[in-house]
Amino acid sequence: MANVEKLDVKNLNHHFGFTEILNDINFTLNKGKVLSIVGPSGGGKTTLLHLCAGLLDVEEGELKNSFISSSFAFQESRLLPWKNVIDNISLGLLSKGVKKRTAMKMSQDIAVKFGLEEEDFEKFPKDLSGGMKQRVSFARALVVKPSLLFLDEPFSALDIGLKRELQTHLLNEVKENNLTILFITHDLMEAIRLSDKILLLEADPGHIIKEFTFDVDIQKRDDEFVYNETAKILQDKTIIETFELYGLELK
Amino acid sequence: MKFIFKILKDFPSYLWSGWGAIASILLFVACWDFGNQVYGNLVLPSPLETFKTLYLMLQDDSVLLEINTTLYRAFTGFSISLLFGSLLGLTAGFFATASMMSRPIVTILVGMPPIAWIVLAMIWFGMGDETVIFTVIVASFPIIFVGALQGTRTLDGELKQMADSFNFPWHMKFFDVYFPHIFSYVFPAWVSGLGMSWKIVVMAELLATSNGIGASLAVARSQLDTPTALALVTIMIGSLMFIEYIILEPIKREVESWRM
Repeated sequence: MANVEKLDVKNLNHHFGFTEILNDINFTLNKGKVLSIVGPSGGGKTTLLHLCAGLLDVEEGELKNSFISSSFAFQESRLLPWKNVIDNISLGLLSKGVKKRTAMKMSQDIAVKFGLEEEDFEKFPKDLSGGMKQRVSFARALVVKPSLLFLDEPFSALDIGLKRELQTHLLNEVKENNLTILFITHDLMEAIRLSDKILLLEADPGHIIKEFTFDVDIQKRDDEFVYNETAKILQDKTIIETFELYGLELK
Repeated sequence: MKFIFKILKDFPSYLWSGWGAIASILLFVACWDFGNQVYGNLVLPSPLETFKTLYLMLQDDSVLLEINTTLYRAFTGFSISLLFGSLLGLTAGFFATASMMSRPIVTILVGMPPIAWIVLAMIWFGMGDETVIFTVIVASFPIIFVGALQGTRTLDGELKQMADSFNFPWHMKFFDVYFPHIFSYVFPAWVSGLGMSWKIVVMAELLATSNGIGASLAVARSQLDTPTALALVTIMIGSLMFIEYIILEPIKREVESWRM
């Protein structure tokens, strides 16, 4: 029987010292799906993502990850400052034992795909703009052709043009390579544009309070859909309470 | 290998950029000559006379022997500091307790004047190589130790996490993530440690030995032989400048090109 790739989280709890960060988290992420976890800052989203990605050890509960490969794109680009663009992109490939020459070639190809110019290839991160760094970081995460991609608010510091461009890349990867994404964000509109399912995480301690699913295929969502759904979701009572939106309207 | 090649390739352009430095050295020599004209030959011999004396000294085998002795002492002491300072510093940096405990000790080592160490070393080891080498070690060790300690203490946790997320094998973690960062702290510490060693070795020799450049300086002083004294100083400074600007600086530039 073929092993089905999926991420299964059951009754997951987590503490830092005496502080309870996550309480009874349950969800399943199937191959080829995009799952977003939204919630206010400091609600344990990043901790949850780190647990799923194996960057933190699970203390209580169950976490089964049967995806054959995964990679991580962080909120900050986290490039090695002493390596140039291409060397940074190829890191993931080299760590998997890909031959240096092949890794270079693949890295250059994906760099071009992500809108980097050939003259930038030799540059060190200090000479790149924030947007370029994030392109490199995305290229580094995707060049290894992961089956599952972890995203930790990677768009939060980007302008809307670049944001849209990188999101389009991701959607293409989902369509062409059946990429699975676990996506953390506090931006509802972003989540609505990209995800099959949204989990709402309430803080103190982080627990899933509601989930939203959308009927329209993610490849077919246009701006109108995203705006309408965002408007609708902002009326949702749970959303208003979780993000503490009440009483903030202009009088 | 590629790295060494790159250093050599950039070397001519680096040398070419040295004209400004040469101009400033010549200006300094001009001031020196002016001083000679004001105060006379006994107090401050002219640059020309000094360089003539230097030239004659360098023809003399016994002087070369003295220089060799000093080089041997400085490099033995410095190498020991380099090895142990780096190793212990890097290790201490990995443990919070060790770094906390080593701080006051480093302060004591740095705060203690080298001249006091020389006196102690003379009592412990007598007049000879050991005293000088010991003083050099004591003076340069804390500099290297602190540099290495800072190198490991300031390792970036976020980059470590990134490395973990890609499951870097150990050699990639070490050579691609840790080493360049640590090296950017340790290397400048080595350079200052070397400068320190080179200064301290002469001082220790002057007080504690009968040979080496320092001892020659003592002899020149007792004979009021200012040209020889200045020639010896020129040797010291010339060799330090050679090591620092011709050998170490090009390496440093290449190693830290990601910073500048």
